[in-house]
Amino acid sequence: MNPTATVTDSFLERAPLLVRDAVTGFLPEPARWLANSLVTIIAVLAIFGLLFAFLTLAERKILGHVQNRPGPNRTGWFGLLQPFADGIKMLTKEDIVPRAADRLLHFLAPVTLLALSILTFAVIPYGRHLVPVELDSAVLYFFAAGAATELAIFMAGWASHNKYALLAAMRALAQLISYELPLLLSFVPVILATGTLSTTGIVAAQAGWKWHVVPHWIVFTPWGAAGFVIFMVSALAESNRSPFDLPEAESELIAGHLTEYSGFKYALFFMAEYFGMCALSGMAVTLFLGGWQAPLPVLEFIPSYVWFAAKLLTLLLGFIWIRATLPRLRIDQLTRLAWKFLVPLALVNLGTAAFWSLTSDWSVTLQLLRWAVALVLVAGPFVLLGRGLTAGLGPRTYRYA
Amino acid sequence: MNAILILTALGTIGTAIAAMAGRNLLHSVLLLALTWTGVAVFYLWAGAEFAAFAQVLVYVGAISMVVLFAVLLTRRSRDDAGSSPAAQGRALSAIIAAAAVAGVLLGAILCSPLATLPRPAPAVSVRQLGEELMGSYAPALLVVGVLLTVALIGAVVLAAGDRTGQPEDNP
Repeated sequence: MNPTATVTDSFLERAPLLVRDAVTGFLPEPARWLANSLVTIIAVLAIFGLLFAFLTLAERKILGHVQNRPGPNRTGWFGLLQPFADGIKMLTKEDIVPRAADRLLHFLAPVTLLALSILTFAVIPYGRHLVPVELDSAVLYFFAAGAATELAIFMAGWASHNKYALLAAMRALAQLISYELPLLLSFVPVILATGTLSTTGIVAAQAGWKWHVVPHWIVFTPWGAAGFVIFMVSALAESNRSPFDLPEAESELIAGHLTEYSGFKYALFFMAEYFGMCALSGMAVTLFLGGWQAPLPVLEFIPSYVWFAAKLLTLLLGFIWIRATLPRLRIDQLTRLAWKFLVPLALVNLGTAAFWSLTSDWSVTLQLLRWAVALVLVAGPFVLLGRGLTAGLGPRTYRYA
Repeated sequence: MNAILILTALGTIGTAIAAMAGRNLLHSVLLLALTWTGVAVFYLWAGAEFAAFAQVLVYVGAISMVVLFAVLLTRRSRDDAGSSPAAQGRALSAIIAAAAVAGVLLGAILCSPLATLPRPAPAVSVRQLGEELMGSYAPALLVVGVLLTVALIGAVVLAAGDRTGQPEDNP
């Protein structure tokens, strides 16, 4: 046993498991396995449900303060009860289904979307001992479940029997399909470097510190940093967040494919969007930010799930900050950014990562050369493609508007 | 275990039949996506995790989108079910194509030696799968890639067919 084992297996580290065993401990073996799974599912749903509720509140508060207004402050202390008031309002609101709508699909669309986005929570390692499901190809599972959400969005747009909803759903699909490519390409280098598709394996590969200070997280390599940025930009677009919130663009498109949805079905769409955002952020933490690993050896006494939560919340606050800062893109800018900028960058990044892993045994002096080459490989295409992206494209003039 | 297999098979075949019998093309596409999911569940039952997730990612995530876009771009009205199935030439070519596919599949099944002894399923890791795909099965992978590229270019040619000059296209 090494000395860190006492830290890593401390009481706090195992507290969630001890609580679970205290609940299910008295059951016989086969039923116990089932009960353990149920407890895990309930815990994940409860934690992320509450996170969703307070994330909406935090978003409204932060956006309010950014825009120099107080935000919700009437319900409860500092508006803390606002999410629950919203929930009651959504539940009691009339559920309107258009007469010509495809009633079954209109009902199934939000349910499918929410179910698929909850499925993605299953493979994220929340802590050292906290992985709901361990799969050999967990990353593939995560993105397979995420890719199927596009069908649900299409169902929503088509079942509403509203041409604006259908058009908006097609726009949303164009965006989601475009950004799926850089999203998938951006983490391929991580798979290349760690040699595994399992999320626990990827987190384990990022353990340890260089010179006892710099963690071995993937984001601290040149290609890792580039991949992380590409992943986060694509994640913003995949979860329909500003500045890529064109699919629902409430001021221009009357909420797009959600036009004909009201009441709790609308709330379910909202919930699925936030769950998707949380899941993608959790995956970004796992793939690039070292998962539940502590940033410094002396900080290892803090349990791993606290570190995961801290990183996750940082990324989520970043999402909110970006929403408060950037204006919305136009649809042609959006697709151009994906196809002409992010996809080539992600492909070049794959080459950079290959170079990085081939030169890992270079000597100390050659390490400088290795860093220089990798940085040029990251920055060069960025500058060149960025220039090409805007070349000859002045502000668009609308002759008929 | 066999009950799961039978349920999966019934579900897969049932959704496939419903997809063929339905008059609403959009419902057929969604049922087809369900069929593909059923195939993925079958892979999971057989212990092939990677194949199952790849099936969902590629078929339910991507191919169903292509089919949806094709349906939406080629139909004129909401209840237009495409060409009339009564056209004789069309029916004949459909039967020939189906018979050809069935012949190839039957030939492949009859020619491959099937182990009769119950053997433990080999535990294949993703790494081994990748090495196989990049090694002995690389030509097949390349051929599939070329096929998809050809299909994509064909789709672009079809979609870009009759474009009249839109004033807003040229700022």
